[in-house]
Amino acid sequence: MKVVVKAENLTKRYDSFTAVNSINFEINEGECFGFLGPNGAGKTTVMKMIYCASPITSGNLFVLGLDVEKKSREIKALIGVAPQENNLDPDFTVLKNLTVYARYFGIEKRVAEKRAMELLEFMQLEEKADVEIPELSGGMKRRLIIARALINDPKILILDEPTTGLDPQARHLIWDKIRELRKFGVTVILTTHYMDEAERLCDRLVIMDQGKIIVEGHPRDLIERHSSKSVLEIIDPSPGVESYLRDSGLIIEKGSDRIYVYADNPQQLLHELNEKFFLQHATIRASTLEDVFLKLTGRGLRD
Amino acid sequence: MSLLSNISRRSLMVWRRNKDVFFTTWKTNFLPPFFEPILYLVAMGLGFGILIGKVEYEGLFVEYAMFLAPGLVAISSMYSAFFECTYGSYVRMHYQKTFDAIIATPLSIEDVIAGEMLWGATKSFLNSTIVLGVVVIAGLAWFPGMLFVPFIGFLSGLMFASIAMIFTALVPNIDSFNYPFFLLITPMFLFSGTFFPLNVLPEWGQWMAEILPLTHSTRLIRDLSYNLFSWVDVISLLYIVLLTAITFVTAIALMRKRLIK
Repeated sequence: MKVVVKAENLTKRYDSFTAVNSINFEINEGECFGFLGPNGAGKTTVMKMIYCASPITSGNLFVLGLDVEKKSREIKALIGVAPQENNLDPDFTVLKNLTVYARYFGIEKRVAEKRAMELLEFMQLEEKADVEIPELSGGMKRRLIIARALINDPKILILDEPTTGLDPQARHLIWDKIRELRKFGVTVILTTHYMDEAERLCDRLVIMDQGKIIVEGHPRDLIERHSSKSVLEIIDPSPGVESYLRDSGLIIEKGSDRIYVYADNPQQLLHELNEKFFLQHATIRASTLEDVFLKLTGRGLRD
Repeated sequence: MSLLSNISRRSLMVWRRNKDVFFTTWKTNFLPPFFEPILYLVAMGLGFGILIGKVEYEGLFVEYAMFLAPGLVAISSMYSAFFECTYGSYVRMHYQKTFDAIIATPLSIEDVIAGEMLWGATKSFLNSTIVLGVVVIAGLAWFPGMLFVPFIGFLSGLMFASIAMIFTALVPNIDSFNYPFFLLITPMFLFSGTFFPLNVLPEWGQWMAEILPLTHSTRLIRDLSYNLFSWVDVISLLYIVLLTAITFVTAIALMRKRLIK
C-alpha cells in the first residue's frame, strides 16, 4: 500500500506551548484516516501542517512524497481542504464561490464551470447555484465547503470537523458523500469529536491528547483492546454498590449520577447485584469508541 | 529574498477576485468618485475661490479652482487605496476569512497580500482617473502632461496601499484604524499642497510637508497637469518609488508574521 502522508517526530510549538509533540503516523492511499481528541489536543494544528497553512517546528512531514517545507504550492495543488471555520466568500454566489476558487488553482474557466455544476449536483446544491452565501443554512454551507474542496479533483481530502453543529439529516448526507468519494479512491483525512462519526467512517484512526498520539488502530480493534465487550451503567446506585464493585476487582468509573462498569459478562453481574442491592435502573450496552475515548482522555472538561 | 520570491503571477488571481466583486456593484462604486470632485470644485473652486483670486504656483498664476483640481486627483488616489487596504483588506482577512481560504490553494500568503495591494493601487488608478476626467472636462488640466496623471495615480496608490497594509498587519481591531486616519491621513489631506501652496507655510512647516507622501503625489500630478517639469519632480518620483518599495516589502513581512502561525 502506498503511503500518502508520513509524519516523523512532527512537532509544532507556539512560544512555550507545544501544540503537537513529536508524533509519528502514516496514512495510506485510499483510506479514511481519523484524528480524534478533545479540544486543544492538536488535531487542527496537524491538519494545518498537512495543508501547509502552518509551518512545522521540527520533524518531517511528507504529503504525496513531497516535503511540506519545500513544496507547499505543489502539495496544495493536489489536496482539497474543508476547514473547520466557514470561510466561503460572502461576496459571491454559490456557483461563483466554486469558479473563483477554481481560478486559484489555475483551472480554465470552461472546465471550472462544468466541474462546479457537477459538484453542486453531487452535494445536492444545484438549485442553490445563484443564491448568496448568507442565505444558506449551516448544512448547505458545509456541503458547499466540501464541494469547493473537491474543485481541483484532489488526491487527498482534508475534512476538519465536517459535521460539527449539523442536524442528523445533514450529517448522514455528508457521511454518504464521504463514503462515495472513498469509492473513487480519494484518501480522506478527518478530525472529529463525534465517536459515532469516526466509528462509521474511519478505517484507521488515532486518538490525540495534549499534542500526543495516545492510541492508533481500527475502531473495532481499539474497542476490543481498550474496553470491555459491554458496559453496565447503574443509575442512581445505592450506597453499598460502589464499594462492592471495587471489592470485586471490576473496572469501574463514576459519573455524577451513575457508575459505569466495564464487564465482559454483564448479565451475570447484573443478576448478582440485583440479589444483593435494590437497583432502581441499570442498562447493559455494547462498548463504543466513546468509552475508549473517555477512558483514555478522561472525563474532565478541556476548555 | 524569500518574501519576494514567494510572490508569483498567481497574486493576480487575488486581484481578479477583488475586481470581480467591485464590478458586480460597479454602479454604486463609480458614482462617488465622479460626484465628489464636482462638489469640491463648485464649493471650493468657484465659491471659496472668489475670495482668493489667483494663486501663485512656481511662477504661474492660476485660478483657485485650477490650483485645487490636481490636489483632488491626488487626494482621491490616497483615500482609495488607503480605505481599500485598511478597512477592505481587514474585513476580508478577519471577518470573511478570505485569506485563510485562499492560502489553502496554491497561492502563498505573499501572493495574497501583493494581490490586495495591487488591487488597492488599481482602485486609486480608477478613482483618480475619474476625478481627472471631471477636471479635464472642467478645463482645469492641460494636454499632454495630464495623460501621465493616471500613471502617477496608480503609483501613488501602490504607495498608500502598502502603507495601509502595514497598519492592517498591526492593528488589534478594526476600530484602531481611526488612529492612522486621524494622525496621518487627515493631516496629509490638509497639508500636502492640496488646498494651498506650501510656500505660505513657515520654513519648518514646508520641510515637514516634504516628509508627507501625499506632498509628492500632489506635486507630480499638479506639475503634469500644468505641463511644468523640474528636477524637484524627479526627486518626488524617486521618493514615491523608494517609499513604495520599502513599505511594500514591510507590509508583506508583517502580514506574514500576523497570519502564519
